[in-house]
Amino acid sequence: MKIHLENVVKTFESFQAVKGVSLDIESGELVALLGPSGSGKTTILRMVAGLEYADGGAIHFGDQDATDIPVRDRGVGFVFQHYALFPHMTVADNIAFGMKVSKVKRDRSAIESRVSDLLRLVRLEGLGDRFPAQISGGQRQRVALARALSVDPKVLLLDEPFGALDANVRRDLRRWLREIHSELGITTLFVTHDQEEALDLADRVVILKDGQIVQQGTPEEVCRDPKSAFVMKFLGDANVIAAQVRDGRAYVGGLSVEAAGVADGRGELYARPSDIDWSDEGPGIAATISRVLDRADGRRVLATTGAGEALEFDVEPERVVKAGEQGFVTLRRAKVFAV
Amino acid sequence: MSTVSTRRKPPRVGDAPLFRRSLIGIVFVLVAFVILAPLVIIGVEAFSKGWQLYRDTVVHPDTLHAVMLTVLAALIAVPINTVFGIAAAWAITKFDFRGKRFLLVVIEIPFSVSPIVAGVAYLFVYGLQGLFGPWLDAHDIKILFAVPGIIIASMFVTAPFVARELIPLMQAQGRDLEEASTSLGASGWRTFFSVTLPNVKWALLYGVILCNARVMGEFGAVSVVSGNIRGQTNTLPLHIELLYHDYNATGAFAAASILALIAVFTIIAKVALERQGAGRVSKTENPAEKTS
Repeated sequence: MKIHLENVVKTFESFQAVKGVSLDIESGELVALLGPSGSGKTTILRMVAGLEYADGGAIHFGDQDATDIPVRDRGVGFVFQHYALFPHMTVADNIAFGMKVSKVKRDRSAIESRVSDLLRLVRLEGLGDRFPAQISGGQRQRVALARALSVDPKVLLLDEPFGALDANVRRDLRRWLREIHSELGITTLFVTHDQEEALDLADRVVILKDGQIVQQGTPEEVCRDPKSAFVMKFLGDANVIAAQVRDGRAYVGGLSVEAAGVADGRGELYARPSDIDWSDEGPGIAATISRVLDRADGRRVLATTGAGEALEFDVEPERVVKAGEQGFVTLRRAKVFAV
Repeated sequence: MSTVSTRRKPPRVGDAPLFRRSLIGIVFVLVAFVILAPLVIIGVEAFSKGWQLYRDTVVHPDTLHAVMLTVLAALIAVPINTVFGIAAAWAITKFDFRGKRFLLVVIEIPFSVSPIVAGVAYLFVYGLQGLFGPWLDAHDIKILFAVPGIIIASMFVTAPFVARELIPLMQAQGRDLEEASTSLGASGWRTFFSVTLPNVKWALLYGVILCNARVMGEFGAVSVVSGNIRGQTNTLPLHIELLYHDYNATGAFAAASILALIAVFTIIAKVALERQGAGRVSKTENPAEKTS
């Protein structure tokens, strides 16, 4: 089911949470709404679900205007951030609930066989008799998904689906959700504040800030070509170095970087930790190492430039560096934005 | 402190034996004088002139009528207040609307107003010289000095009990469960009966029991509006006072023992429910027990 949002607006009392968002989600697509807290991403998701009504604009499901269809009839599957499993029902009863209350009457055996199908799909066979309090967080998450899928939704919506889980479970579930999505091919929209999650999982990432879309595209597009300093910073660690822009190039220290389209004057240069190299000799930006952090996958160096800017970058694990050492920073690639 | 440790712990507040013992002692003395002694006296005095007189008082038509009236008031006032409490708690915790805070305050009013004030207020609303008095009189509807007045006064006094128990719990539970239920296609009623109610049932029962105990024991508001007509508008608490003023101390105590007995049952039910409420988690831990 194709979803189309047109200039959707939502205001809570005096706070405008969503300021005119237009968005197209293709049928069968897996899209992430990514943004910091307060960016309006959950509100957008809840409006698509019908849990909030839009104050302005329209939401279309396929050719149908769904803006005023109540959540009950909208045909969406919603997975809540904290799962919202019914604590007084078993796992199987939780999954069966949607079918039991449905206007489409199913007989008991049909419901039971569907429940066991869904339990198999989410790999929870044999746990149908447990209560939500008796299973782990990751299992609850999967029950919540099975429950949402039980009503054959046209659209699957997930609010911070992995927010409450620890890192390992999160990674497993992410891969697994991707598998389920390719198996069922259901249009899926999920909300997250975790860039890694969005980039790993989604076909397309929609980045939000203050209730507006600042950029959208495939993970490759948004990572390789961030259109603003905000997107650059939000997608991952970034070093910021002040630079002077002149005729499409940014100059700092002994270096210059391509800066097409940036107006002359003061600019800021953004570089990922992996885009910075460290050398003992110039040319480069003079810096002093303040700390060395050893990590499982390499060495991270914290340094300060002559201008007092803090830098973070990675060097090979074998590289001998220590605090207090002076040297030069060079850039493999960097993005320049006007201040 | 059950940890095995011979190390001297630094003293904390209340750790000094003298302080601790005197505190506990004060509590015991106060409980004995203020709560236990009167209860014991009720029992002792009720039977002081023998079982026969006790029985005579209890089965006296006036006493029986008072008991019946009290039960009737409870049978009507408690269900109405339960429905009111659920509706109020549901509205306040699950919806946003104008005047929500105001409603919260209004619900609490009966707790802060002296019952006798409520009774007097009803006199001015429904009494002969009151707002609706002439109209009611013209249509031959008796509210004051009759059973409806007793019930209305009891309802006023006990209105907050159920809502007060439910609101904090339902606030803590949030709206997620209801939203989940609705998104799965359940109607409002279905959501209420299948999702909301099962999750608040112990708190609800708890509120109902407190409400019931208060309806049965209510004196102030009822004494103003009932008119104390023996055998007609006399509830059990009013009857006790009447017997006492008749210098029938034994009878008063005998009647009081009935109320005290109700109180004891209330406490037992309350403790049992608290166990249930606290035991809800362990109950869900037992897979053999399906609650749905």
